Amino acid sequence: MNLDATSETLLRHLAPQVVGVITRRFRDFASAEDAVQEAMIAAFTQWPKEGIPENPRGWLIQVASRRMLDQARSEIARRERETAVAAEAESAAFTLEIEADMDPDDTLILLFTCCHPALTTSSAIALTLRAVGGLTTAEIGNAFLVPEATMAQRISRAKQTIKASGVPFRLPSPHERMERLPAVLHVLYLIFNEGYASSIGVHLQRLDLAREAIRLTRNTKSLLPDNPEVTGLLALMLLTDARRAARTGPDEELIPLDRQDRTLWDRGEISEGLELLTTALSKGSVGLYQLQAAIAAVHDEAEKAEDTDWPQILALYELLKRVAPSPMVTLNHAIAAAVVQGPAKGLELLRALDSDPRIAGHYRFDSVRAHLFEQIGDREAAIQHYRMAARRTTSIPERNYLMTQAARLTEE
Amino acid sequence: MKYILMMNTMKAGHGVPGWPKKDLQAHIAFMRGLNKELHQRGELVSAEGLSFPDQAKLVKAGKDGTPVTDGVFAESKEFLAGFWIVDVDSPERAYEVAAKVSAAPGPGGAPLNMPIEVRPIMSGPPPEML
Amino acid sequence: MKYILLMSGTTAGVEGYHAWSKQDIDAHMAVLHRINKDLTASGEFVATQGLAEPKEAKVVRGEKNGVPVTDGVFPESKEFLLGYWIVDVANAERAYAIAGRISAAAGPGGKPTNMPIEVRQFAMHGAKSE
Repeated sequence: MNLDATSETLLRHLAPQVVGVITRRFRDFASAEDAVQEAMIAAFTQWPKEGIPENPRGWLIQVASRRMLDQARSEIARRERETAVAAEAESAAFTLEIEADMDPDDTLILLFTCCHPALTTSSAIALTLRAVGGLTTAEIGNAFLVPEATMAQRISRAKQTIKASGVPFRLPSPHERMERLPAVLHVLYLIFNEGYASSIGVHLQRLDLAREAIRLTRNTKSLLPDNPEVTGLLALMLLTDARRAARTGPDEELIPLDRQDRTLWDRGEISEGLELLTTALSKGSVGLYQLQAAIAAVHDEAEKAEDTDWPQILALYELLKRVAPSPMVTLNHAIAAAVVQGPAKGLELLRALDSDPRIAGHYRFDSVRAHLFEQIGDREAAIQHYRMAARRTTSIPERNYLMTQAARLTEE
Repeated sequence: MKYILMMNTMKAGHGVPGWPKKDLQAHIAFMRGLNKELHQRGELVSAEGLSFPDQAKLVKAGKDGTPVTDGVFAESKEFLAGFWIVDVDSPERAYEVAAKVSAAPGPGGAPLNMPIEVRPIMSGPPPEML
Repeated sequence: MKYILLMSGTTAGVEGYHAWSKQDIDAHMAVLHRINKDLTASGEFVATQGLAEPKEAKVVRGEKNGVPVTDGVFPESKEFLLGYWIVDVANAERAYAIAGRISAAAGPGGKPTNMPIEVRQFAMHGAKSE
């Protein structure tokens, strides 16, 4: 028997708040997070049978607190040494003052804690999805196709790293927040990308990570409403997610942007994304996510591929090259230049990348060149590069697409 | 009962098949259809493709604990291209699935008759491996 | 990034292994066991499997009249898969390091077997944003 969608949403929403309360009360983030995870699983099991409690947050706090006390008691029994937790346990005045311990900033603190720069991205992702996202270890393991025990270990190690770093469980100062926000946004961005990438093919009941990332970013935005980078990231996610239904055909084949059926694009997500982007850009600063969102917006605003304002995209890539240069940005810039100034220009720009080891062997380099060779009429070179790209890509849908392009050209 | 079905058809340095587009699409559709069927029958545990052997490495223990990697393989070596792990009721069913995989269409739509190696596996690692 | 680490051998090799002293076999297994434990602790473990003797293996090539065409012969010298590890790691170097450890697992007389472990990256089922 399963929990209905509304209750599940509520449960996930409460999770980080409860982690906040328990951490604050018992002063041990790692154990608190474990205790809350157990309370969550208990809720998933019991609530469908017994009904949703009148005070769901109180219920979770109570169950998690009991876990903490049980742990503490066996800890005391083992060590025979008083700890702060033990003192709490012994306190006769211990009552579950449910609302008193809540701090509205708890979810934000949790986000900064879980996305700590000392963590590897895979552990930050796992911990964030559990502690802030309220997902179960099993769900996260399933989403990334690793065993539950492995995912549990990733999360446990992540918390050990946090403990070792000595970072206190409090809201970072405004200055610290600015320094550490990029790490938070990066984790959310990675979760979205993972989700979007896997939105193809046989859905073996995998969690919709893209939706999770959007939900977490919305949450972050509500906690940092004036931050243009957060708003920009949310805009980018919505403007990209909007195209999801059109990116694969009936046979699960990949459909490039210029050939997608735009009637399948989610207009609601696009208009929300555009609105958010306008807000973000109005704040004056132009950061990485706002720029990427702006590029996505130019694509999404075009009713037909032919209507796309490529000169604007080119200008945006020129800006992006300055703000956040990378081989992929250079590659995308060359694509835009090819559209605006002709494929020969694009090929010329790509020749400059030949000597960059980070990109020279990358499949996208070959696939873009193949596309441009086709446009200038050099069929042989196009076929050769499509085949090379097909060999190098590690994505099966991409490989299929590239092989099919080579085959198509061979027949023409 | 679990079985691993292995498709060993790749050779290093060989390119992607240069089949006509129609035949390529038929092959891709066939594999997709097979996986879908296995999934619907509850027999599919996993189906994985591996990246091309250009990136394959042979690793040996180094002197001081650092691994020694080598990308050179015998000319004749066939590489694992992909594998399926299926959970089926009998060995016969495993061979049946393997036969389907083997008969996937190739150029001209003719069955490829690739050799598919079928090995029984335990549901968990065997005691010796733990 | 997911990688598969393949350990192969020949019939002669396997017979040689069975002739090791019990002490050497136990020591070898203990090393592999330790590696698996460490991989779980590090959050990198996905799966591991030892495969049954090749006498249980079948090679299937297409079907004739709806019946799989099977062949169970593995020539003496042919290499076959003994077992594999599937790991989820941050980069290729980490996969090579794990393979190196497996290769260094103690053999007869406690010396590293130095078996070559083939490292292959999984192809992904998904594709990045367009």
